[in-house]
Amino acid sequence: MKKSMIGALAVSTMLTPVAASAQTEIQFWHAFTGRLGELVAAQVEEFNASQSDYVVVQSHKGNYSETLNAGIAAFRAGEQPHILMVFEVGTATMMAAQGAVRPAYEVMAQSGGSLDQDAYIGAVKGYYTSTEGDMLSLPFNASTPVLWVNRDAMAAAGVDPDTDLSTWQNVDAVLTALQEGGEDCPLVTAWQSWIHLENFSAYHDVPFASQDNGFAGLDTELMLNGEAQIAHLTAMGQWAQDGKFIYTGRRNEGGANFRSGECALFTESSAGYAGITAEAEFDFDVRPLPYWEGVGNAPQNTIIGGASLWVMEGHEADEYMGAGAFLNFLSSSDVQAKWHQDTGYLPITAEASAATAASGFYEANPGTDIAVIQMTANEPTANSKGIRLGSFDQIRGIIDEELEAIWAGDKSAQEAMDSAKERGDALLRRFEAANR
Amino acid sequence: MEKRVIFRGWLLPALLIAPQVLISAVFFFYPAGQAIWQSLFIPDPFGLSSQFVGLGNFEFLLSDRFYRASFATTAVFSILVTLCSMIPALFLAVIADRLIKGSGVYRTMLIWPYAVAPAIAGVLWLFMFNTRVGVVSWYLGTLGYDWNHVLNGGEAMGLVVVASAWGRISYNFLFFFAALQAVPRSVIEAAAIDGARFWKRFWTIVLPLLSPTTFFLLVVNVVYSFFETFGVIHTITSGGPQQSTTILVYKVFSDGFVGQDLGSSSAQSVILLVVVGLLTIIQFKFVEKRVHY
Repeated sequence: MKKSMIGALAVSTMLTPVAASAQTEIQFWHAFTGRLGELVAAQVEEFNASQSDYVVVQSHKGNYSETLNAGIAAFRAGEQPHILMVFEVGTATMMAAQGAVRPAYEVMAQSGGSLDQDAYIGAVKGYYTSTEGDMLSLPFNASTPVLWVNRDAMAAAGVDPDTDLSTWQNVDAVLTALQEGGEDCPLVTAWQSWIHLENFSAYHDVPFASQDNGFAGLDTELMLNGEAQIAHLTAMGQWAQDGKFIYTGRRNEGGANFRSGECALFTESSAGYAGITAEAEFDFDVRPLPYWEGVGNAPQNTIIGGASLWVMEGHEADEYMGAGAFLNFLSSSDVQAKWHQDTGYLPITAEASAATAASGFYEANPGTDIAVIQMTANEPTANSKGIRLGSFDQIRGIIDEELEAIWAGDKSAQEAMDSAKERGDALLRRFEAANR
Repeated sequence: MEKRVIFRGWLLPALLIAPQVLISAVFFFYPAGQAIWQSLFIPDPFGLSSQFVGLGNFEFLLSDRFYRASFATTAVFSILVTLCSMIPALFLAVIADRLIKGSGVYRTMLIWPYAVAPAIAGVLWLFMFNTRVGVVSWYLGTLGYDWNHVLNGGEAMGLVVVASAWGRISYNFLFFFAALQAVPRSVIEAAAIDGARFWKRFWTIVLPLLSPTTFFLLVVNVVYSFFETFGVIHTITSGGPQQSTTILVYKVFSDGFVGQDLGSSSAQSVILLVVVGLLTIIQFKFVEKRVHY
C-alpha cells in the first residue's frame, strides 16, 4: 500500500513538470470555494483546453480579505501571481499601488483581444475604471442588493404576498402588518453597510463620500451622515427597537435565518440566488431593493459588490500575453452569459446580457433579471458610479460598529453616523498620507 | 555555601549559550526591532513607498478614544480570563488530588480541551451560543432569557472569556495538580492530627505552598490572554458588537492583516510590548514578594 502510494507520487511528480514545461504557466489566485469554486475551476479548464500555449493554474487563497493579503504578502516576497482576485472594497488599495499592478485593459489589448471598453455595462465597469475611463481591472463577479421575499411567511401572517414592496414606506406598513400577524422576524439583512448605506446612497443619488465618492481624488471625506441616510437609519433603528428588523451580524449571517424560512423579508445580494434556490423550502420572490419615495432622485441605480481580477507587475512578457488571453476569454460573451446564469452574478457585457435574454433564461427563472434592470435603469451619476475609498475594509468595520450602536438603541442615527464620519475620515487621511 | 562550577576560558560557555542567544535574536529581537522601525512609518501595503512620520503613528493611536478604550476592554478581558481559567483549574486539581480510584482517567479527560486550537474552540462555543440554533441559547430561551451576544456587549464579552478560558483550564490544571502532589504529606498529616479541617489545611498550608506555581500561572495566563486569544475573538465576535470585545492584540491583527495599515499595526505591537513588559515587571516586583519558594 505504502509502496504503491510512493510510486504514484513519484510518477505524478515526474509527469507534472514535463506536461507544464512546454506551456507558459499563469497563476490565478481567487477566493471562491464550494459551488463557485467548481465553476471557476471549470472556466479555467475550458480555457486550458481551448489553446495550447498557456496553462492557467487556479488556487484558492481563503476569503476575500485573505486572498488580498496573500497577494500583497506574495508581492512583497516577489512571488506574486499573475492574476489576483480583489474584492470591490480593495479597489482603491490596488489602484493606488502603481508599480504593483498593470492595467487590465492594456494587458487585454496586447494579447490581441478586440477590446471595446464600451461593450461593458457602465455600472459594472465604472467601479473599476480610472478617471480617464480606462478599465484597470476586469470585473469578475458583480452583484447588487435586492429584496428577497418569503411568500409563504407573508401569507401566514395574513399579508398579501403580492403587496407592492417597491418603497420603504410600503415596507414599513408591511412590517407592522407582519408583526401583528405573528411573524417574529419580519426583516433581516446581510452586509448592512453595503446595502443600507453604500447602495442606499447611490440609489437615492446622494453622496456617500466627497470627491465623487472618492473617484476624483484621495482627499475625500465621508458624507454618510447626510439627511437621507440618517432618516433611513432612524427608521431602521426604530424597526430594530420594535422587533420588526432583526439584526444577525455584520456579514451574511441573516441568510441562514431567511433560507430556513424564519424571516419574511431579506435584503441581500442578488448572488444569494444560488443558495436560496438550493435551500429554501418555501415559495420566494425577488423584488427590487426598496427606496424612500420622495428622497433624492430615487430610484437612481444601485452599485455593485463582488470582485475583479487584477494583473500584477513583475512577470515576463509572454506571461502577460497568457494572462491577457485568459482575461479576454473570461469576458467573452458565451462565458459571461453562462457565468451569469449559473451564479446569479451580473453579466459584465451588454452582449452577454442580451444573449441571456435571448435564450429565454429570464422567463424560465423569474426575478433573475431584476438585478440587471435595477443596475442599468439609469445612467450612473457621480453618486452612483461606485465607491473608491482607501482603508475601506476598516471603514466598513467602523460603520458596522456604529450601526450596531443604533440597533442596540445606544446611539441615535445622527450620533452614530457623525462618529463614523469622524473615525473614517481619520483613516482616509492616513491612506492619503501613505499614498502621497 | 553555594557551589559553583566555573568554566575555564570563554569558548565552551559561549558555544553552550549560542543556540539560545541565536534563537532569541532571530525570533525575538529581530522582529521586535523591525516592529519598532516600522512603527515610525506609514507604508503603503505593497511596500512600494513609505512616509517617515516619526512618532506620528503613536500620536494617531493615542489620540483615538476608541484605542484608549480598548485598554480598559483588554484589562477586563485579561482579568476575567485569568480568573476563569485559574480558579476552576485549582478546584479541579484539588478534587483530583483527593481521588483514589480513576484519577488517571479523570486527569486525561481534563487535559483534552488543551488540544483544541483556539479558533476551533471559538467555533464550538459559537455553535452552542448561536442566537438561532445554539443549544445553550435555546435553553436560556425556554427559561425566558433572550440571549443575543450579537448586539449585547456584556454577553459577547462573557462568551469570549469563557471560550478563551476553557482550553486554558486544562493547562492550569496540570500545573496545579503536579504542585499538589509535591506538597509533603507529613505536613498535612501533622495539621490533621492537630485537628485542622480540610479547608483550614487548604488555606493555611496547601495554598501558600502552591504560591510559586500560582505566580507562574498568573504570569503565563496574563500573557496568554494578551496575545493568544485573537483566534477566539476573530471567530466569535470579530471585536463586536460595537467595540466591546476589541482587545489590543485583536486590533493589531485586524488593522495589520485586514486593514493593511502596517504602520499603525506596528506601533500597536510596540505599545503592547511595553504594556506587557511593564506588567511583568510589576508582577515580579510586587506579587513575587508574597511568594514563598
